[in-house]
Amino acid sequence: MDLQIFLLLGQDGVTNGAIYALLALALVLIFAVTRIIFIPQGEFVAYGALTLASLQAGKIPGTVWLLLALGLVVIVLDGVQMLREGRYGKLPSLLIFNLGWPLLCAAVLFALPPGDLPLALQVLLSLLLVVPMGPMVYRVAYQPLAGASVLVLLIVSVAVHVAMIGLGLLFFGAEGSRTPAFTEVSFELAGAPLQGQTLLVVAASAALIAGLYFFFERTLYGKALRATAMNRTGARLMGIAPTLAGKLCFTLAAAIGVFSGILIAPITTIYYDSGFLIGLKGFVGAIIGGLASYPVAALGALLVGLLESYSSFWASAYKEVIVFTMIIPVLLWRSLTTRHVEEEEE
Amino acid sequence: MSRKLALAVLAAFSTAALAEINIGVSVSATGPAASLGIPEKNTIALLPTTIGGQKVNYIVLDDATDPTAATKNIKKLISENKVDVVIGSTTTPNSLAMMDIAVDNETPLISMAGSAIVVEPMDTKRQWVFKTAQNDAHMATAIVQHMTDKNVQSVAFIGFADAYGEGWYKEFAKIAEARKLKVVASERYQRNDTSVTGQILKIIAAKPDAVLVGGAGTPAVLPQKALKEKGYKGLIYQTHGVANNDFLRVGAKDVEGAFLPVGPMVVAAQLPADNPVRNSALEYVNKYEAANGKGSVSSFGGHAWDAGVLLGAAIPQALKKARPGTVEFRRALREALEGVKNVPGAHGIFNMSTSDHQGFDQRARVMVTIQNNTWKLIK
Repeated sequence: MDLQIFLLLGQDGVTNGAIYALLALALVLIFAVTRIIFIPQGEFVAYGALTLASLQAGKIPGTVWLLLALGLVVIVLDGVQMLREGRYGKLPSLLIFNLGWPLLCAAVLFALPPGDLPLALQVLLSLLLVVPMGPMVYRVAYQPLAGASVLVLLIVSVAVHVAMIGLGLLFFGAEGSRTPAFTEVSFELAGAPLQGQTLLVVAASAALIAGLYFFFERTLYGKALRATAMNRTGARLMGIAPTLAGKLCFTLAAAIGVFSGILIAPITTIYYDSGFLIGLKGFVGAIIGGLASYPVAALGALLVGLLESYSSFWASAYKEVIVFTMIIPVLLWRSLTTRHVEEEEE
Repeated sequence: MSRKLALAVLAAFSTAALAEINIGVSVSATGPAASLGIPEKNTIALLPTTIGGQKVNYIVLDDATDPTAATKNIKKLISENKVDVVIGSTTTPNSLAMMDIAVDNETPLISMAGSAIVVEPMDTKRQWVFKTAQNDAHMATAIVQHMTDKNVQSVAFIGFADAYGEGWYKEFAKIAEARKLKVVASERYQRNDTSVTGQILKIIAAKPDAVLVGGAGTPAVLPQKALKEKGYKGLIYQTHGVANNDFLRVGAKDVEGAFLPVGPMVVAAQLPADNPVRNSALEYVNKYEAANGKGSVSSFGGHAWDAGVLLGAAIPQALKKARPGTVEFRRALREALEGVKNVPGAHGIFNMSTSDHQGFDQRARVMVTIQNNTWKLIK
């Protein structure tokens, strides 16, 4: 292994690591705020990438139907409750977010041929189509069980994951897609070629992480989420609605997922089921951070990316084994060094 | 021709009583092998509705690429629909699962799967099983032949970390060794990997004259794309598992220049006029495209068509001996299938024997290259 190979592998590892880091952050966020281990995180990656790919192929992505259907379910669930309690004032905003929005997206799709739009608009449209599914999924699948144990929430996550994969197959078919590169630029760094796309992924991830930092440190909603993560009951006493916190962090997680999907779609072929493995590697990173620490989770995810890259050089057949076996020493080390108080529901 | 002849013979004797022939079909029209199963299912609709003067019914079921469902399907076909022969299934695991049921009920089974283990080694069970798709070994020999013609001395392999990749590596390494080709690197990757940089760098460091990608469908694009990105200048080979339009769509300009072996049907229109497979292949391509639109044909549907070709040749023979719906007819049909000689199908010329239930020879594959995003026959 010479320096050039070493650099190329490192570059590849950092690119993948940056994506895993974003997903790890989303997983930590969701777990800290709602105690949900969000297995379907990866599905948002695949949905985002494939929605963009079908827009570019000039097709109407199937996700728009899912968005409409989920919106209708939310309206039925929430609307009945609101009518019963006589809170008519909240009805318009419910209708706008869950019916008006999907209908508007669908109208735009049918009015304009999506294949002819500029790339930036296509990216925006994919984000607008898939991200609202985050809070909708929370409302439909998790909110009724918000107080349940971590195990029950995990079981619900598995169900949501399986449902989303099945729908993904229905919408996008068994074959994968790849979107054209955002940039064809490439540089030379210490004798090793450096793709512009790689730089873009790393820069975009870094920007997103910085954005998240400011969101949590400087905005009221960010602080509310942090408060909920620290002490759920205390936050509720201070007037932070747990439902709002849940929906907000699912919106963020979905946005991060879709964004990651759009970033990697030009680098590799994405299939309806690709998201699971990508999300799982983000999860390994999140585990290294103990599902609690953002910086450690991000670094852990970066480590996963690098480990994956270097092990694919030395022992390609055992790459996944090496990456996932890493969890064992990490768990061992964590259980020996931290005093864990068993979380018990009342 | 032979079908017409058989018809004439049958009309002359006209001994067989009128009874309908029931053909059961189980294909993987959904699930991971859907892109293979769907064209097969579409092809069944094009098969003849009368063979040897008898009406033929096709009962088509979907097994969702699941061996359990395939087993259930063949049980249902045999017990409820009283089929005389079963066509199925798309994949090797499904075909193997169906084999036992077919043997227990003495019903011939015609598989469309790729792996040779469906019909080899010949034993009392496999005498009931026939297969229309080329064995991997057929294709691997074509690749090695092309490599030696191009003066390739050393070769690297990168394939799926599953049965497909392993199977290809074993087959390829065996033939390569016999032809004095040196395999300098053997790497694996997962179907849904997002990066193969490590494997590709290792392969480039070994400086092979050629690289063989042992993958199927669109996941086989990734290694070739990475090889190009990292500036690899040697020859790149793919397997016949990539011969569908999705591969060209996803691969676009990254797969330009790859060599691969395919059934002659894929490039039927480019075959020279004296090629023995040209007419029978074109017959299928034209029929399929007339029904499903131009450019829709794929190599996998051809295997279903060939199952129909085999039955078209064998059923008239079997009708002479017994009536459809009886075990005697099924036994006679098995013998007739084994006796199929010089019958041209979409993918090659069938010459069955008691030891070979696949029946193809070197006429069942050609080497093509990818040029301007289409398959181009190498003369």
